[in-house]
Amino acid sequence: MNIVVLVKQVPDSGLARQLDAQLRVDRNGANNVMGELDEYAVEAALQLKEAHGGEVTVLTLGPGQATETVRKTLAMGADKAVHVEDDAVGGSDALTTSAILAAALGRLEWDLVIAGAESTDSNMGVMPQLLAARTGAPALTGARKIDTDGTSVTVEHQRTNGYDVLTADLPAIVSVWDTINTPRYPSLKGIMAAKRKPVETLTLADLGVEAAGPGAAWNEVVDAAARPERTAGQIVTDEGQGGSALAGFLAAEKFI
Amino acid sequence: MTDILVYVPNSGKHAAEVLTLARALGDVSAIAFDDAAAALAGEYGAAKVYRVEAPGVDDYFVDPKAAVLIDLARSANPGFFLLPSTDEGKALAARVAVALDNGLMTDVSGLDADGTATQDAFAGATVVKSKSTKGFTLATVKSGATEPAPAPGSPATETVNATVDSADQRVKVAQRVDEPAGDRPALSEARIVVSGGRGVGSAEDFALIEKVADALGGAVGASRAATDSGYYPHKFQVGQTGTTVSPQLYVAAGISGAIQHRAGMQTSRVIVAVNKDADAPIFGMADFGVVGDLFQVLPQALEEIEKRK
Repeated sequence: MNIVVLVKQVPDSGLARQLDAQLRVDRNGANNVMGELDEYAVEAALQLKEAHGGEVTVLTLGPGQATETVRKTLAMGADKAVHVEDDAVGGSDALTTSAILAAALGRLEWDLVIAGAESTDSNMGVMPQLLAARTGAPALTGARKIDTDGTSVTVEHQRTNGYDVLTADLPAIVSVWDTINTPRYPSLKGIMAAKRKPVETLTLADLGVEAAGPGAAWNEVVDAAARPERTAGQIVTDEGQGGSALAGFLAAEKFI
Repeated sequence: MTDILVYVPNSGKHAAEVLTLARALGDVSAIAFDDAAAALAGEYGAAKVYRVEAPGVDDYFVDPKAAVLIDLARSANPGFFLLPSTDEGKALAARVAVALDNGLMTDVSGLDADGTATQDAFAGATVVKSKSTKGFTLATVKSGATEPAPAPGSPATETVNATVDSADQRVKVAQRVDEPAGDRPALSEARIVVSGGRGVGSAEDFALIEKVADALGGAVGASRAATDSGYYPHKFQVGQTGTTVSPQLYVAAGISGAIQHRAGMQTSRVIVAVNKDADAPIFGMADFGVVGDLFQVLPQALEEIEKRK
């Protein structure tokens, strides 16, 4: 079974993040890491490979520095990687991104594509369905469990108050939440081995994609501003009256 | 008036919010797959309801519904097409966008008549204004974007008969499993959310958080630290990788307020915090905070709440 995992390098959500002067995600001033949900996708792929054989290919779209994220997935155990890197890509929207990724997927042999349920920078959560629409493969999104018999895939699609069991024939696209597994840490051996694993770099011309970036986007950001900082309100120290004071505040705000 | 298409999935609060927001932009045509959704559309001021009869649609994942929505959007050519920002709403919007080569915006919290959308980026740290440059304004609206306001009317109803194409039968729903939600409101839609964090210390002691939530008629949430420690089920996690909430009141108990958590709640209207550590970042954003032991503060607050009710 051949699996392609989609990963995206994003600014670390644990630190301050901002848009740059062109109103794009600032990737230069940020500490960039692998998307928080992506490592669960990599782990899911590795577990399926261990059970069913085949190859795990990592596919990413991003600037040169995204190589670090690619290397991490290879160190975890992925076999090879495809890195789409092109100066024209910066400032692309989700629809353009999906067109580029669909073109890259068209060059690869796959039974299953696995992605995180959403990226942890733009958090749109639409890429699996955009790719389903563009590749013609079915999408089974938001999985908390994934299983395959080699010809079909079954997932538990997580809902707020339960889950749905979804099945589809392969090839298919699946996205996963962080409830699905516990990602492994790269071993020292894995880190050493990653250095020798193949990483193919592709440009938009290689993929036959003619237009990308803000000019080709279906949406434009017209303005952005930092949300005014919330200012701290009244803070009291409990000396036996804290609970009453809290209830008093809630009553004054008409929540009781 | 501009024609506004709205997908109404059910009779929930989120759907009512989208209808309320849509009404301010023009004449609303609602798309309903069942009677409850159609009734909600009428109650919240829709001028027209497309009542879709599509036998078997619920046996499959989003594809057959997407096919219906694509057809309706193509023929209605609306000014706006709005859906709730749920997994389903986003999935359907994505399919419509590709099929009609149309722009797509997700998780919008406000919309202007000219199609300019307001969105929170980076967990609410940045407020972004965007516009679609191709097609109509296709957007999913996040929960809590507006207060639902009824405007009962008698919408014209058009029955739309649809069949489920074999191409849209690829993802079968083999089973639907509802896990008991109890009497509490859904986390993503609740007006009041009471959350516990690492400071709660154990699964047993989360009963105190539940009691406070119940006394206020709110939902229970938990920080990632609490769900990772097994104190409370993962599906109640509020934060970057959990549910994003925007309630009228958010009570954070034993939660330090790491960025991961703030990402999921910082657009709440009123924030209240209880924490032992006076330096916890949560106090920097709280409208009211108590520095103290939550096991002292919350029981006393509970007693007072019951007295005042």
